[in-house]
Amino acid sequence: MSNRSLSSVVKLSILSVVLAFTSNVYADPVKAAFVYIGPTGDHGWTFAHDQGAKYVKEMMGDDVIITTVESVEENSDSERVITSLARKNDIIFTTSFGYMNPTVKVAARYPDVKFEHATGYMRPTDNISTYSARFYEGRHVIGKIAGRMTETNVIGYIASFPIPEVIRGINSAYLAAKSVNPDIEIKIVWVYSWYDPGKEADAANALIAQGADILMQHTDSTAPMTVAEEKGVYAFGQASNMREWGKNAQLTGIIDDWGPYYLERVQAVKDGTWTSTDVFHGVDSGMVKFAPMNNSMPFEVRNEASKAIIDLSMGAIHPFTGPINKQDGSAWLAEGETPPNYPDLLTMDFYVEGIDAKYPN
Amino acid sequence: MNESLFINIIIGISIASVPLMFAAIGELLVERSGVLNLGVEGMMIVGALLGFVVMSHTQNPYLAVLSAMLGGMAIASIFAFLTQFLLTNQVATGLALTLFGLGFAAFAGRGYTEETIQLITAVPIPYLSNIPYLGPLLFSFNPLVYLAFFMVYLVWWFLFRTKQGLILRAIGDNHDAAHAIGHNVVRYRVMAILFGGAMAGIGGAFLSLVQVPIWGEGMTAGRGWIALGLVVFASWQPFRIIFGAILFGGITILQIHAQGLNINVSAQYLSMLPYLATIVILVSLRMRLKNKTNRTVPNCLGRIFHSTT
Repeated sequence: MSNRSLSSVVKLSILSVVLAFTSNVYADPVKAAFVYIGPTGDHGWTFAHDQGAKYVKEMMGDDVIITTVESVEENSDSERVITSLARKNDIIFTTSFGYMNPTVKVAARYPDVKFEHATGYMRPTDNISTYSARFYEGRHVIGKIAGRMTETNVIGYIASFPIPEVIRGINSAYLAAKSVNPDIEIKIVWVYSWYDPGKEADAANALIAQGADILMQHTDSTAPMTVAEEKGVYAFGQASNMREWGKNAQLTGIIDDWGPYYLERVQAVKDGTWTSTDVFHGVDSGMVKFAPMNNSMPFEVRNEASKAIIDLSMGAIHPFTGPINKQDGSAWLAEGETPPNYPDLLTMDFYVEGIDAKYPN
Repeated sequence: MNESLFINIIIGISIASVPLMFAAIGELLVERSGVLNLGVEGMMIVGALLGFVVMSHTQNPYLAVLSAMLGGMAIASIFAFLTQFLLTNQVATGLALTLFGLGFAAFAGRGYTEETIQLITAVPIPYLSNIPYLGPLLFSFNPLVYLAFFMVYLVWWFLFRTKQGLILRAIGDNHDAAHAIGHNVVRYRVMAILFGGAMAGIGGAFLSLVQVPIWGEGMTAGRGWIALGLVVFASWQPFRIIFGAILFGGITILQIHAQGLNINVSAQYLSMLPYLATIVILVSLRMRLKNKTNRTVPNCLGRIFHSTT
């Protein structure tokens, strides 16, 4: 998840970082720390990680002491934060792509501390693990729903930065929608921010004005959902259940469920069984979940979506199954072929055929 | 392009421009008095929070907007006290104010990220809004949009059509001379700073009351800094604030629409345009300053006033 940065100006707000300590000390509790890119109240990416941290606390109680630091910019300041946490903790979760280099550097200096870096791929020392989730599987499901539910045949997509994870989401959603609705068209607006409620709302309004009657977002605030609710169109929750902001608008939502993974890793530290691993889980392991489906959806649509979820969880389908061409018409996947994680999925930098938009540079 | 899309673009531009217009016109008056307050972002975010909180408890838009103004003024009063009475450095104090405002709002607003409110919606003016074409274009906006334009006019009228406005400008240009002939420099400046706070507060509240019905930490996302640039862009002339705000806000909206319509423009280059324009204007002001033809930059901008008598 590269460059989850707010505008450079807001970098100044790093001084307002809030350190939250829980203080009940018992015999040898594991000390676990979490570094967040945004505010825990974003109800998106950071919120979901924080729910995971809370889950660990709930399950392990006095056996764990959790420290969280939020709104940490991906510059040298993150190295300072991670270093200071490394002095007092047994395991540290750094939850944004841009923390990759600082995490690697600090890990080399603190060999006794375990590090877990989200969405990255570098594990030079054996005290680093990497983990991520196949969110594009979630996009596959909402793509199918969108293809069925749209009346204008236009999906509006609010995107953050052109990094592989976001591109995977767009391609996956488009292919799924196209598979159930050959007339589907996708309009993509890049807002070049992870969290700017005003701009996300501007993008939502513009997409609706241009004919989209169903919105997808890969940004972190609830603003697009509120616009969808106000304008009477459909949308999908992002990273968490956003029903509160779109009682009629939210059809379902892709929920990031990090809790069980975090629990497993912290428990492993306590048991002395922690080893360096690389995890890329999806619907099958429950890392990618879905918000309850809206009652306004016809039975057949719900049924189809549920079937896709079951198929994904059993590994029976892959959102990227050939034949698929790239946007320029060149072949990507042959009939029945599915792509490897690396390099195809993890470095994806092209739209698939049929998407009528210029690839951002 | 059909008619409703065109009107939607216009409304979008108005919504993106108005927060900038409020914050910039407030800061313009402050800078005209010779004070540079870099705390606009901090005052805006506190306004956004207070407006949202009061709206969520009372459902009263008037109270909400009023509270946002008072919130901005409260933060501004800290700046006024520090710079006008303790004579602290204005740049450092302003920066501190922004950091404080962002942190304070994030802390105080923790319980409100779960909530949503009823937006303040546009009120089409009866009869006038039914005129074909002109009606939707001119008479169907949110009341706060009209207020923003009115405030620009009011500031112009105050600065150039009232005696107090003349004194305020004189203080901004030469505080020692103004003091020598008996004007209370500090009182004028404090009033200006408080007005700037109120305008920044209402500009911030526009985001959380009109644009999106949510409160989020850091939701002003740098708009306070754009407002500061806008004052320079306007070369301290009130009516140019309108033009500048529409340009700054309009480019955001146009590039979003261009992406959706698949018009091949680079979002990054378009987003740079207003800032490039600001730099060009700064340079040209500097040239005019060299040639002694400058009539716009307040001469005492950012200088500490210390009455020696």
